[in-house]
Amino acid sequence: MTATVQSSNRFSRIGFAIFSGALVALALAPWWADRAELRLLSEIYAYVALASLWNLLAGYAGLVSVGQHAYVGLGAYGLFALAMLAGMHPLVAIPVAGLAAAAVSVPVALLIFRLRGHYFAIGTWVVAEVFRLSAAQVSALDGGSGTSLPSAIVLSIAGSRQLREFIIYWIAFALAVAVLGTVFVLLRSRYGLALTAIRDNELGARSNGVDVRRIKYVVYIAVAFGTAMVGALIFLQKIRISPDTAFSVNDWTAFVIFITVIGGIGRIEGPIIGTVVFFLLRQTLADLGAIYLLILGVAAIVVMLKAPKGLWGLVADRYGWQIFPLERRLIIDPGGAATPAAPR
Amino acid sequence: MMEWLNTIIQGVLLGGLYAMFAAGLALIFGVMRLVNIAHGDLIVLAAFVALVVVEALSVNPLTSLLVVVPLMAGLGYALQRLLLNRTLGDDLLPPLLVTFGLSVIIQNALLELFTADSRKLNAGQIEIASLHIGGGLAVGVLPLIQFALAVMVIAGLQWLFYRTALGRAFRATSDDQPVAQLMGLNNAHIFALAMALSLAVVAVAGVLLAVRANFDPSIGPARLIFGFEAVIIGGLGSMWGTLAGGVIIGVAQAVGAKLDPGWNLLAGHIAFLIVLALRPEGLFPKVQG
Repeated sequence: MTATVQSSNRFSRIGFAIFSGALVALALAPWWADRAELRLLSEIYAYVALASLWNLLAGYAGLVSVGQHAYVGLGAYGLFALAMLAGMHPLVAIPVAGLAAAAVSVPVALLIFRLRGHYFAIGTWVVAEVFRLSAAQVSALDGGSGTSLPSAIVLSIAGSRQLREFIIYWIAFALAVAVLGTVFVLLRSRYGLALTAIRDNELGARSNGVDVRRIKYVVYIAVAFGTAMVGALIFLQKIRISPDTAFSVNDWTAFVIFITVIGGIGRIEGPIIGTVVFFLLRQTLADLGAIYLLILGVAAIVVMLKAPKGLWGLVADRYGWQIFPLERRLIIDPGGAATPAAPR
Repeated sequence: MMEWLNTIIQGVLLGGLYAMFAAGLALIFGVMRLVNIAHGDLIVLAAFVALVVVEALSVNPLTSLLVVVPLMAGLGYALQRLLLNRTLGDDLLPPLLVTFGLSVIIQNALLELFTADSRKLNAGQIEIASLHIGGGLAVGVLPLIQFALAVMVIAGLQWLFYRTALGRAFRATSDDQPVAQLMGLNNAHIFALAMALSLAVVAVAGVLLAVRANFDPSIGPARLIFGFEAVIIGGLGSMWGTLAGGVIIGVAQAVGAKLDPGWNLLAGHIAFLIVLALRPEGLFPKVQG
């Protein structure tokens, strides 16, 4: 009797093919979309990336943070400081700002990992508040009132406005794909197995020899790196920054959490579905102002109570759908000879 | 020297308000291990309810407590019974997400109803009255009343927890839910009573906040954070600890503001982070979180 592990099924092969086709079409968007559409798509990519990173943190590593806006703001301020004060090229400054935020996240993790569960969550928020208030004290970047990138720096990305918009679009696209790809590869690796084990039962994972603490540290720091790069890019596109927008709990934490939960937490597809739903809601209800945010809050509560696995969890469990081949299915062949992993 | 003493006294009195933010938070965490992210927004909601009551009945804000406290307590009972009880369990995400959702809902509903304008409740003559305590130091009567109220609320909660049948029920469900249920307690009802009590404290805190300073729909989350810091500094599960925690945050903020106005809030957060680094279990720990 032999056993093989199979991770893809018919749906994941079809789903992955459709997904790959969509990626090619989106990569070519500058040739078919207008300026407003490109901008909207970039925004969607930023939220897909932020939600996927939060999903990795909370959905898999069990680190429910409500303070990820700390790293969006750090990345954004890192970019502005590097470009305006150190004269670094803004596109180089994106990864450097990410690295700087990752370096900051090391002592932060040492401190807030002392808090557990809910208290960890609010502890992350306190850290974000400290960063926001500190940013307001940096007089070189005009403190609390915020500042704008000088046009010389903006022009250094590319001379023509159109090319500049294309470049920023492609970077946003590449960042989202890189985040999804990294999360996918990570989950396929043995670390992914460990993370999935932590997600399902932390105590069980620990008793099976998973070094839970170390994995949590690594995930926290890696997510800080990614989140800060996304933050840097968002504000490179906005050109204007202030402590309240860069460290906004609603924009960069509440919406990101709602997106992930509505789409399906603990699944790689969840944040993508959630972002699509979020932007559909936003485009149709934007005129309602505050009411729209109220509806979003209600939607998140209803999904959490009625479908805790999110919209994707609902259909995936029912029909066996998956876009990314991550499921591990043990195929036992009583015949004896080793067989390649074949579809059922 | 006198100036600094004055700063510290103001900080201690402000700390009473923070202790009240913290007491409601500590109460429900102690009974059902729930951290209510909407806590700060509920404080602001109570302030707006008081605003409506004061304007409708043209009474003093402190008198409005007679209406606001029972209203908020009723809201707390209903909220727990209808919504929050469904989120309790081993998984910490549902209560966190649902209270986060509530926070966004309350903020935006208040924004829609009352706009983003800054408001304040006027308590009349008492606001400018002060007591001279010698050495050229004067203490406002209103801050003193607020601090005294905070001490009374915390003493009352302490008494309720350790001297009454309801307190015994709270402690029993906190220790072991299934066994408490077997002994004939209705956990859903006990939890709802705890939330009602928490929001009664929130109501007092909200009215005092509204009399003391300007408020608008967006200031809730910062109040949650001050309260949370006071809980952690005090040590989980200790009511008097929350008062000590509140006072430490209040004094840190007052001293910070004296050094540089921009350091006001930052100093409070840094005091919290220092305690977390040196003594993560808090100053007066009682239960393990």
